[in-house]
Amino acid sequence: MEDDAPVIYGLEFQARALTPQTAETDAIRFLVGTQSLKYDNQIHIVDFDDENNIISKNVLLHQVGEIWHISTSPADKGVLATCYNKPSDSKVLTCAAVWRMPKELEPGGHESPDDSTSPAHTLELLCHLDNTAHGSMACVAWEPAGDGKKVISLADSHILLWDLQESSSQAVLASSASLEGKGQLKFTSGRWSPHHTGTQVATANDTTIRGWDTRSMSQIYCIENAHGQLVRDLDFNPNKQYYLASCGDDCKVKFWDTRNVAEPVKTLEQHSHWVWNVRYNHSHDQLVLTGSSDSRVILSNMVSISSEPFGHLVDDDDLSDQEERRPEGKSQEPPQDSVIATYEEHEDSVYAVDWSSADPWLFASLSYDGRLVINRVPRALKYHILL
Amino acid sequence: MDSETDMVRQIRALDSDMQTLVYENYNKFISATDTIRKMKNDFRKMEDEMDRLATNMAVITDFSARISATLQDRHERITKLAGVHALLRKLQFLFELPSRLTKCVELGAYGQAVRYQGRARAVLQQYQHLPSFRAIQDDCQVITARLAQQLRQRFREGGSGAPEQAECVELLLALGEPAEELCDEFLAHARGRLEAELQSLEAELGPSPPAPDVLEFTDLGGSGFVGGLCQVASAYQELFAAQGPAGAEKLAAFARELGGRYFALVERRLAQEQGSGDNSLLVRALDRFHRRLRAPGALLAAAGLAEAATEIVERVARERLGHHLQGLRAAFLGCLTDVRQALAAPRLAGKEGPGLAELLANVASSILSHIKASLAAVHLFTAKEVSFSNKPYFRGEFCSQGVREGLIVGFIRSMCQTAQSFCDSPGEKGGATPPALLLLLSRLCLDYETATISYILTLTDEQFLVQDQSPVTPVSTLCAEARETARRLLTHYVKVQGLVISQMLRKSVETRDWLSTLEPRNVRAVMKRVVEDTTAIDVQVGLLYEEGVRKAQSSDSSKRTFSVYSSSRQQGRYAPSYTPSAPMDTNLLSNIQKLFSERIDVFSPVEFNKVSVLTGIIKISLKTLLECVRLRTFGRFGLQQVQVDCHFLQLYLWRFVADEELVHLLLDEVVASAALRCPDPVPMEPSVVEVICERG
Repeated sequence: MEDDAPVIYGLEFQARALTPQTAETDAIRFLVGTQSLKYDNQIHIVDFDDENNIISKNVLLHQVGEIWHISTSPADKGVLATCYNKPSDSKVLTCAAVWRMPKELEPGGHESPDDSTSPAHTLELLCHLDNTAHGSMACVAWEPAGDGKKVISLADSHILLWDLQESSSQAVLASSASLEGKGQLKFTSGRWSPHHTGTQVATANDTTIRGWDTRSMSQIYCIENAHGQLVRDLDFNPNKQYYLASCGDDCKVKFWDTRNVAEPVKTLEQHSHWVWNVRYNHSHDQLVLTGSSDSRVILSNMVSISSEPFGHLVDDDDLSDQEERRPEGKSQEPPQDSVIATYEEHEDSVYAVDWSSADPWLFASLSYDGRLVINRVPRALKYHILL
Repeated sequence: MDSETDMVRQIRALDSDMQTLVYENYNKFISATDTIRKMKNDFRKMEDEMDRLATNMAVITDFSARISATLQDRHERITKLAGVHALLRKLQFLFELPSRLTKCVELGAYGQAVRYQGRARAVLQQYQHLPSFRAIQDDCQVITARLAQQLRQRFREGGSGAPEQAECVELLLALGEPAEELCDEFLAHARGRLEAELQSLEAELGPSPPAPDVLEFTDLGGSGFVGGLCQVASAYQELFAAQGPAGAEKLAAFARELGGRYFALVERRLAQEQGSGDNSLLVRALDRFHRRLRAPGALLAAAGLAEAATEIVERVARERLGHHLQGLRAAFLGCLTDVRQALAAPRLAGKEGPGLAELLANVASSILSHIKASLAAVHLFTAKEVSFSNKPYFRGEFCSQGVREGLIVGFIRSMCQTAQSFCDSPGEKGGATPPALLLLLSRLCLDYETATISYILTLTDEQFLVQDQSPVTPVSTLCAEARETARRLLTHYVKVQGLVISQMLRKSVETRDWLSTLEPRNVRAVMKRVVEDTTAIDVQVGLLYEEGVRKAQSSDSSKRTFSVYSSSRQQGRYAPSYTPSAPMDTNLLSNIQKLFSERIDVFSPVEFNKVSVLTGIIKISLKTLLECVRLRTFGRFGLQQVQVDCHFLQLYLWRFVADEELVHLLLDEVVASAALRCPDPVPMEPSVVEVICERG
């Protein structure tokens, strides 16, 4: 059975921001934010029709500036947050805002890419996350599985917890904490843990990973020198409470048990340049996706540290027919951690990868030159995991 | 006629001769007849005499018979008296026995006493039903008991030497003391003496550093304890030969136990010797020890002392190997420390110190000499004149598994590991290990791969004619390991150096305010620094690695720089027009450009030559520059500054890399990205850029 070919979608502008529409569980939909200093920036809503392998898109104008980070509300399909650069003469400040998509937006509204003069939909601004006192916003993270009212944003050395009130039209700073130390401390990335009923957040700054309790806004743990160089991204294992993946400029992907942070549980060194993104699959946490500025996307199978029982064997009686289909002996020995596939469709640095929120076997990757590639987990592996 | 006359004359002569003969014989005959006649007379006379004698004899016989008849009973009486006398003397001996014994005992003539007692015992035993004898016997027994007691006393006192002891035992045995008990007592006594020996040995051990060297110690033990044990064993075997296997078993157990303690002491002493470097003394001591123990070993095969001794020797040999391995490792680490110091010191002095090549040669020769010294030291164990060198262990396993695998292969492996550990240092910032050290180690490992390993192993195989069939690590495996280590080290070196330059570039991009920068007047200092550092690295690597292959150079590389900026110029041309299609075109342009260029693997493995190393470092640095530039927003002059910087880098970096196209490509991309990140991209005129760069 041949694997489906990747589907490629090109944007006109450079792009770094990619997110699945978290609240959407039926349609496969990704949001891509562009980066252009000269033209109006856009948010492309990319719908993927799995059966027909067709991509359809809607363009939302995002006129306030180039988008560095984008995230969607886990509760409301129409709500999203962006971090954007305000164009200004002498200073670059990255702000964050919460937006609502136009109601009438429906999948299927085809528009030609270069027809940017046509009335593109415009985002409705819900509120700004006021950061004048705190500095540039690095990212905005929604409380997962929450009601879409709690948001963490990282602004330079501050971690800010916002309460979105009155259907997100008002953002109230609930609490904040800041890093203290020598030099310029800047958060690069942050993720909200799906466990602990949404009370834990992990952030990365320079080579350090820190865990925070959102109730007291105090530090829970700290992984000093998690990476040899800057930590670019991190992600929580969705099924295993204390497991955390991180990646950085030392080309490594590391897996941590936050209860014991002296040593990483596992280290991968597959990329040949900085790793910008690491993502656990939402349901099968052995599948780990990484994107790197060596223009590659790598899908790894981390069986040994996944929530699946290691060396998981299906009941032979029930599935004897499937057993036969598999090569002899393969089902006997415990599966090894391995690279499942390396995707080389990109020709520029890949700054964002993410899984679809609707189809666990599908993921998108975005490279700087504006190329969005949608790929699937190889079928053989899919069946192997499922059966 | 004549003959006739002659014959006649002869006949006559013959006749006359016959006549004379007849006359003569006649005379003789007559005299004979006379003699015979005379004889006849004499014999007759003699016969008469004989008759007379016969009668006389008969008379004498008669008389004699009569006399003996008369003497008969008297003779009988005398015989009886003689018998009684003998008996009486025996009785007297018996009666006197107690006193004699006492006297003997008093005088200490125990042998005499025992002999008397032995003579009397049977008789006394026989006649013990008679009261008088009974009394004697009792007396005797009392005395004997005393005697035995005294003997034992003497035996126990232990002042006397082993031969006297043996005598005592012999006497006691003769006294009919139970042999088993004596066995035990004998052994117990011997134990006492041997224990004293052991104690004196132990005292030698002492808590303080032992005064006598190990050779003296083993000599002492050999003559004292082992000699004593030999004496005891031989005496025991002589005395208690009758005891059979049970007795032998007892002796064996005895020897085993004491031997064990002796060995424990020897081992303790040898353990103290572990730290010292002198192998010859140790080997000689072991040799003595082993040799000494072969005698009792033969005597007491059952106790297995010889085996135990061999085992100890083997163990010590193994420990020595371990010690030497440790020594080699320490030497290697020492070398590394020296190198570190040498690398650090001249930098303080502000000038290039001893060249890396020199340092490398020093390290290599010092390690090699250490290896050779170790080999020579352990070689003593297999010397022909050493008594244990022909044991199977020393012929086979020691050579192959111990020396070759354990020592040499083990050392090379650990060397590789130590070297590799520098790659995994958690710091990763390059501060922990000086990069020059990485480079040097890498070259060292590569040298090992190409020549040294096979040389060392051949040397080892020659010295220790390996006869063992057990599998040994082939040279190729070790070489592969060394090569892998060298490769990893070099890759790490590239990473570290790349990182150093990357950090510089990164800081320079991140900390600058690109929006409000002024029009570039000259190349930024950091770029000059980058070029300087790259040149320094080039020199450093050039000291140890060969040049390597370069792609064919275009001689007009300065011209090439024009074309580099053509693309950025083109982008610039689009900028003022602001047509919507413009970004598409720039994208298209760079994409087409990429189509024709190979993908650049930034942290790709390096080859063992200078160009490859430098290419790696430059690739890492420029890629960092690119990524950093993409994260910033540039003003017009910011872009122009980047342009100037890149041109400057272009001018100086191409000569270091294998494929100058690579530098162009990366720098093009940096400028293109900067242009994209600039809201107002107005590039500088290339001629101005050149002027600025040439001025800088």
